[in-house]
Amino acid sequence: MWPLTEEEMRVMFEKIAKYIGENLQLLVDRPDGTYCFRLHNDRVYYVSEKIMKLAANISGDKLVSLGTCFGKFTKTHKFQLHVTALDYLAPYAKYKVWIKPGAEQSFLYGNHVLKSGLGRITENTSQYQGVVVYSMADVPLGFGVAAKSTQDCRK
Amino acid sequence: MVVQLPEPITHLPREKPLPRWRPLTRWQQFSCLKGICPKKKTHLVWDEVSGQWQWRWGYQCTRDDTKESLIEVPSNAYPLEDQFTKRIKAKKEQMAKNKLNRLCNSARVHKMQLPSVAGLHPIGNQSKEELGRAMQVAKVSTASVECFQKCLSKEKAPWGSGKKRKFQPLLGDFVAEKKNQLELLHVMNSKKPQLDVMQATNKQMREDDQKEAAKRRKMRQKGKRKGGQQGLGNKRKGGPPNQGGKRKGGQPSQGGKGKWGLGGKINSRLRGFGDKRKGGQHPGRKRRK
Repeated sequence: MWPLTEEEMRVMFEKIAKYIGENLQLLVDRPDGTYCFRLHNDRVYYVSEKIMKLAANISGDKLVSLGTCFGKFTKTHKFQLHVTALDYLAPYAKYKVWIKPGAEQSFLYGNHVLKSGLGRITENTSQYQGVVVYSMADVPLGFGVAAKSTQDCRK
Repeated sequence: MVVQLPEPITHLPREKPLPRWRPLTRWQQFSCLKGICPKKKTHLVWDEVSGQWQWRWGYQCTRDDTKESLIEVPSNAYPLEDQFTKRIKAKKEQMAKNKLNRLCNSARVHKMQLPSVAGLHPIGNQSKEELGRAMQVAKVSTASVECFQKCLSKEKAPWGSGKKRKFQPLLGDFVAEKKNQLELLHVMNSKKPQLDVMQATNKQMREDDQKEAAKRRKMRQKGKRKGGQQGLGNKRKGGPPNQGGKRKGGQPSQGGKGKWGLGGKINSRLRGFGDKRKGGQHPGRKRRK
């Protein structure tokens, strides 16, 4: 278990900033406690300082997970965001997409959201923008990348 | 007369070629000079403890003392020293030493230099890396109390020198860590362009659409009034796209003016004309696709 290096931090922040933008500061600097990012077995965990100190007592090969797993670094040092990060992306998301009830199941099983399944989309979403997907009841379902901008969705 | 001929012997051809001649190692050269002959040792050794024949060397051999589960701490040893790791380390060092000797031997035979030593005993043309490494070693050796060799202006350390990976301590200074992260974020944000061309274009197009839609509505209203019917008022379904009640960050509201930007900077805090638009704003309505 290690803190992230500068390089890794930058790569990770760039990825997360695609979805939550400047709100990333709120994750780093929280009023209700010190939270930190720790790297363990190529996975990045977002964990409170208290829990991390407890986890430091467990040997590395026996430690499975701590806090919330945000994602992992691949062998070529790219950062992949995992769905377990959704709890922290959803409240701070800048661009959102709401899908119709019929398309929910399809999305949850891994298919793309088609135009027919699209309920609402935030204004001025540009193409290839990171978006968080919600159901019509405002329940966050996942995140992804918008293949079309809002403009193109209207056509 | 009967002559007894010897039994015929069929000589089979060699399956594999003869072993190549290898130059003698340092020890072999020495032993030849001194006249030391290697004593033949049996491969198997009787082991009293386990009551079995075991290999003298190699896999699962008797000599391996790292496999013991119980080790007495000798009286002259530091009591808190770990005897198991001590033995494992000693074995690893021995293996490393053997490997180094083997490499030295083969380097001598092939008249090459070991990578770690390359450049320190120059024989001919040296590569840039070799020179760099030799220079690094020279610098370290000449370094003494505050007298370090200065680097030239464009000199770089050779590739491969330095620590492999430098980690911050696990439970280090949280405040400093947070500060570093915030600084990094600040730098990242400042690098993003203030005027996002794509978004500005989209916004412009959106406003043009809205203007046209407003015009169309007016025409329809006028047409219908002329025809004697009451205007449908606000119950239109296929109306103009909603501007959306929630406009976070992002773009300033420009009203219906259709102007582009405020020069170079667009800051996200402006709430301009758009929210006070007349007619056509229906906050809770579903967006048309």
